[in-house]
Amino acid sequence: MDVEILSRLQFAITIAFHYIYPPLSIGIGVLLVIMEGLFLKTKNPEYEKLTRFWVKIFALIFAVGVATGIVMEFEFGTNWATYSRYVGDIFGSALAAEGIFAFFLESGFLAILVFGWNKVGPKVHFLSTIMVSLGSMLSAVWIVVANSWQQTPAGFHIVGEGLNARAEVTNFWDMIFNPSSVDRLLHVLSGAWLAGAFFVLSVSAFYLIKKRHIELSQKAIKIALTLAVLASLFQLFTGDRSAIGVSENQPAKLAAYEAHFDSLAPAPMYLFGWVDEHNQEVKFSVAIPKLLSILISGNPDYKVKGLNYFKPEDKPPVNIVFQSYHFMVAIGFALITISLLGLLFWWRGSLFKKKWYLYILVFSVLLPQIANQLGWISAEVGRQPWIVYGLLRTSEALSKAVEANQVLFSLILFIIIYALLFVLFIYLLNEKIKAGPEEIDKSSMVYGHQKHVIGSD
Amino acid sequence: MEFTLDLNTIWFILIGVLLAGYAILDGFDLGVGAFYLLVKDDKDRRVILNSIGPVWDGNEVWLVTGGGALFAAFPDVYATVFSGFYTAFMFLLFVLIFRAVAIEFRSKQQMKWWRKWWDISFSVSSILIAFLMGVALGNIITGIPLGADKEFAGSFFDLLNPYSILVGVTTVALFIMHGTIYATMKTEGELQNKIRTWVNNSIIFFVMMYAVLTTTTLIYYPHMSEHFIGEPFLYVVALLNMLAIANIPREIHHGKEFLAFLSSGFSILTLFILFAIGIFPNIVISNPNPEYSLTIYNAASSQTTLNIMLIIAAIGVPFVLAYTFTIYWVFRGKVKIDSTSY
Ligand code: HDD
Ligand code: HEM
Ligand code: HEM
Repeated sequence: MDVEILSRLQFAITIAFHYIYPPLSIGIGVLLVIMEGLFLKTKNPEYEKLTRFWVKIFALIFAVGVATGIVMEFEFGTNWATYSRYVGDIFGSALAAEGIFAFFLESGFLAILVFGWNKVGPKVHFLSTIMVSLGSMLSAVWIVVANSWQQTPAGFHIVGEGLNARAEVTNFWDMIFNPSSVDRLLHVLSGAWLAGAFFVLSVSAFYLIKKRHIELSQKAIKIALTLAVLASLFQLFTGDRSAIGVSENQPAKLAAYEAHFDSLAPAPMYLFGWVDEHNQEVKFSVAIPKLLSILISGNPDYKVKGLNYFKPEDKPPVNIVFQSYHFMVAIGFALITISLLGLLFWWRGSLFKKKWYLYILVFSVLLPQIANQLGWISAEVGRQPWIVYGLLRTSEALSKAVEANQVLFSLILFIIIYALLFVLFIYLLNEKIKAGPEEIDKSSMVYGHQKHVIGSD
Repeated sequence: MEFTLDLNTIWFILIGVLLAGYAILDGFDLGVGAFYLLVKDDKDRRVILNSIGPVWDGNEVWLVTGGGALFAAFPDVYATVFSGFYTAFMFLLFVLIFRAVAIEFRSKQQMKWWRKWWDISFSVSSILIAFLMGVALGNIITGIPLGADKEFAGSFFDLLNPYSILVGVTTVALFIMHGTIYATMKTEGELQNKIRTWVNNSIIFFVMMYAVLTTTTLIYYPHMSEHFIGEPFLYVVALLNMLAIANIPREIHHGKEFLAFLSSGFSILTLFILFAIGIFPNIVISNPNPEYSLTIYNAASSQTTLNIMLIIAAIGVPFVLAYTFTIYWVFRGKVKIDSTSY
């Protein structure tokens, strides 16, 4: 295997693994703000218990997010040196801004959030919770802006030629607000809220099924379900906006999303199918006529460019992009259905009595996680063969000083370490969930559950 | 030496400040990790761990931000160094991962083997991080083989030369000293008395290494002291550095741990300044073929970007300093293990 494949694999694996944790932090962070806010407002100790329990889980998730994030920060330099030289002028400032504006905020106030219960007053503690939540969303802002720039570059010019060519900023705000950044940022954020909301829903539904921590879990479900309803609808809205953006800015990617080989007017939209790239057809498919044209332009006769319109060397892989994109969308609709169903039952007063629904909630935790990963796979593989769309090819972006065996070695080590980390993470998470929130008041008032979990003295 | 305070120079200084800030802050928590296994009792270990508990993550952000700023201001340096030192860097990333999770996981289970494993991970990775960073710094001083295309042209084993290993060990010694001083500040009673004896030993260890390193540098790498010739005011930095180091045992002796800690922080800062003066205006020295060195001019981003970044820094840094002071203020004083601790 050559350096290119290995580096791409390594990047994909390390970023995908990192991306398990930040969405959870972002989503749970928002819920923590609501929970603690309700506690301050109502002074109901149940809310305090709830907050403290979820802070504990948050801290664990956050730690793995940090450990895996550091890898990402340096991987552009280690594996994509040529890319780094090419985009450093632009991309680097976003990464630096992320450090200055987001990571310092998060890591600082996290200390108070986790360790500060007895050191500061409730208001200051609440402020810290807000700051951590804000910080986690700000890190998404900067990194998504950076990534969006490589999807839809703007606000730059190319200086130098051949090996010395690189992109330099001409207009900072055009670069930040490049054509895709706002839509994608909102979509990423609501994907993260969904990840957090369904995580809390899952754990709370589990408690209800086991008849433990009833009052607390009911409160948690109400809060999380509200977020789930809002975020899942918002997800559809922002996803639609993103798709329109892709059709304007990255037509080859859109053609791959929908596996359109020939340019068609009107263009149908597939619900599912299996792409045979060789024979240029979509097998076992069901399609709705005209829908794609309508969704993109509002005009049923709008002509959508097919893959054959592009030079062979500019086409992304089709089937993987098609499948991941369609599964993401399917999950999006599934999440909307689950959320609205919950709302209906809540309204009817039967939410906590429907066992089968609670079981669905327990398992639904996986859906946003899968959709988040699939979404990135569509976006990133759909961008291929470009690393910076239309400007720099992935194959040209590698580190020249790095050899295949070096990358193979690091890739294997990453796989081993991340597998270990994941198992331990799940194990500790499971222990914490089993221990549950109730133990707080059994031992002592202040964060006593840690005594149980940590087993001090 | 030509010296104009242009944007490139400002960014050279600012990245130096970030990395020095990293060395001063994370330096003590790495140092704490380095001697951690010498503390035997489980409860004492938890005290030590919790002395850095609320702050180590924030300390590490200085490195992360330093990396980002290097990428933004001097992309060629970021690209050359990290791809050139690929394997060494991967090791560094692995130990950084292990250290982060060790701190978080360690006290979450009772089992003896569990705690033992994470304790060893924490300590070994702390030592290795300090060592590898020292080795990287050492290689910047000796210079590395670069080609005309700005790419690293050597191999992994070139990086492990005796001089760089010497810098690595000195860094470990420096951080252990810094860490023991920090720990005396945060502990009390018997544990504190024990650590106090380690402070003295670690000062001796560091001063010895430092003397050897300085002599070696002056003899073998004269370019590091070139700028000092004819610029007597630069000697002030060297002098301040000596004074700061000499002041540490004095403050310890008088039981003023906080002042000792400031002193050792200040000595790290001055060491960094000496290093920066030594390499300026290069960032990565090419050896052989010094004409291929990466300097603050040929490796920099455009003036527009440097300008934008300066605005970002001007807005962001006051906040960063405010959070940092707040956190250290909230968690000041001796460590008390309570239910929120690790
Ligand atoms: C909970 C997760 C989740 C869910 C349910 C959905 N998405 Fe999504 N999607 C993401 C999580 C995500 C993501 C991980 O956040 C991505 C990856 C890159 C990005 O910008 O956002 C993404 C990318 C992404 C893109 C590509 C943007 C680009 O290439 O620049 C489009 C067009 C959509 N989504 C559209 C949708 C539609 C129409 C959905 C139907 C409801 C949908 N997504 C559900
Ligand atoms: C966070 C979730 C993300 C996931 C799951 C993800 C996924 C992927 C995948 C699967 C690839 C490999 C594509 C291929 O080999 O065909 C890739 C490549 C890459 N992505 Fe992402 N990505 C994510 C975010 C980002 C972000 C935020 C950035 C930049 C800020 C980024 C930059 C890159 C780069 C530089 C490559 C390497 C070149 C390439 O193969 O395209 N990615 N990513
Ligand atoms: C390749 C791109 C990425 C890089 C270079 C990167 C870098 C990092 C780094 C260095 C950290 C640790 C910060 C610390 O020490 O406190 C981190 C954590 C974090 N990252 Fe990433 N990251 C990337 C992708 C993403 C994406 C796509 C998101 C969100 C959409 C994200 C959100 C976060 C958040 C919220 C944290 C805090 C820890 C956590 O919540 O788990 N990152 N990242």
